[in-house]
Amino acid sequence: MLKRGERLDGRKLDQVREISIETNFIEKAEGSALVRIGKTMVVAGVKLSLGSPFPDAPDKGVIIVNTELIPIASPVFEPGPPGEEDVEIARVVDRGIRSSNALDLSKLSIIPGKRCWIVYVDIYALNHDGNLMDACALAAVSALLTAKKKRVSVEGDSIKIVEEEEPLPMKDRPVFITIGKIGDNLIVDPNYEEELIMDSRITFAITEDGKISAIQKGEAGYLTCEEVINASELAFRISKEIRKLLPALPKVS
Amino acid sequence: MEKPSLLTPEGLRLDGRKFDELRPLKIEVGILDNADGSAYLEQGGNKVIVAVYGPRELHPKHLSLPNRALIRTRYHMTPFSVEERKNPAPSRREIELSKVIREALEPSIFVNEYPRTAIDIFIEVLQADGGTRCASITAASVALADAGIPLRDLVAAVAVGKVEGRLVLDLNHLEDQYGEGDMPVAMMPVLNAVTLLQADGLFTPREFKEGLELAKKGIMEVYKVQREALRKRYARLIKGARSLEE
Repeated sequence: MLKRGERLDGRKLDQVREISIETNFIEKAEGSALVRIGKTMVVAGVKLSLGSPFPDAPDKGVIIVNTELIPIASPVFEPGPPGEEDVEIARVVDRGIRSSNALDLSKLSIIPGKRCWIVYVDIYALNHDGNLMDACALAAVSALLTAKKKRVSVEGDSIKIVEEEEPLPMKDRPVFITIGKIGDNLIVDPNYEEELIMDSRITFAITEDGKISAIQKGEAGYLTCEEVINASELAFRISKEIRKLLPALPKVS
Repeated sequence: MEKPSLLTPEGLRLDGRKFDELRPLKIEVGILDNADGSAYLEQGGNKVIVAVYGPRELHPKHLSLPNRALIRTRYHMTPFSVEERKNPAPSRREIELSKVIREALEPSIFVNEYPRTAIDIFIEVLQADGGTRCASITAASVALADAGIPLRDLVAAVAVGKVEGRLVLDLNHLEDQYGEGDMPVAMMPVLNAVTLLQADGLFTPREFKEGLELAKKGIMEVYKVQREALRKRYARLIKGARSLEE
């Protein structure tokens, strides 16, 4: 069927499933997003707190991305601490955001060397029907784009939190595209059944101006060099379409 | 620490290498007595030791796969391998790297030859100097061959990076930390098969393509060293066997 350009669910090889993004629906979180890609569903929440910067980046804020593939989402997920799949998704999403400087950490410093904002992004899978990577990334970026933080004023050594709210300093909207390889075919946005039979997958995080900010090949198969290049070209093209669904970059006041 | 300048005015790197030059690479095979296969690798300041146990019986039995071997990999850095002592508990980075390294090596193994068994690959980084996952894959592949496990090909790996706007081969620690991009690549060279590909940092589409080409070049050189190390090992073994016969 794949050779004819058809997939089991009727999609073309380069077709992404229907995407829906709902933001700011968890009032107690500074930011949140519920994302659906087909039947895959994930939720991301953004929480901010005051903390200390890392010693090797004293004038920057901190972002910490965590992902859990909880048993709610699938009979194949068992309760327990984050496993290798959870950690992989969290770290790839983190790299795609960090390398693109999508969240401008230099604007999250409050007192250099002493105090800064810590931005926690926690992503939870709710229903697993394949391509959790892209769904988690979409949820994380959407939540960050629509998050609201309090302003702070600094007087000497004391920090005052003002009630007035402002968006996070977002400078880019990276989009993650995952391509699976089944035989000689490259398919975009594999669903659960396709993931069970695919040989390997490759994820590209693409920035607004068409640069790559993260790559992750996964699964125990391989891709030829040519397939890698073809996959990257698919990712460039499709990321532009997906980006249209993302919330806009918040305006800087 | 203030960011050091990573390229000299002549375009040479801090350790004197040209942009497409590998660090000195040395591999010793079969250095551990208990393991079924083993290798010790030095690449620049990297010192990595790998042991392969298997194919062996899998306990608990319910984990075993009916028609193939289960590949398990542990990548771990010793606390003294880095500048600031590293907590010996497995970090999230080590968890991710154990996964991607396993996925880089597994395609080379004829897993269907050994159903219901485990092939365990244990990697310990004794000293880290940038590119440890690549060094680990390179050494582990040799250790798998040393264990006599049938392989489609060896897996050779190297990291390409971007330093002050230029693509360079085989990043060392400073270049990794202060550069603008890091792209580790592993391949089974004869099959033109990419088994590991990651990137962080920013790459234009052209830099990505050029980086892959540069990685391929480095991988072929690493591959040569792997094969030579195995050749030397077998030559010693054959000599030893011959002297037993006489």
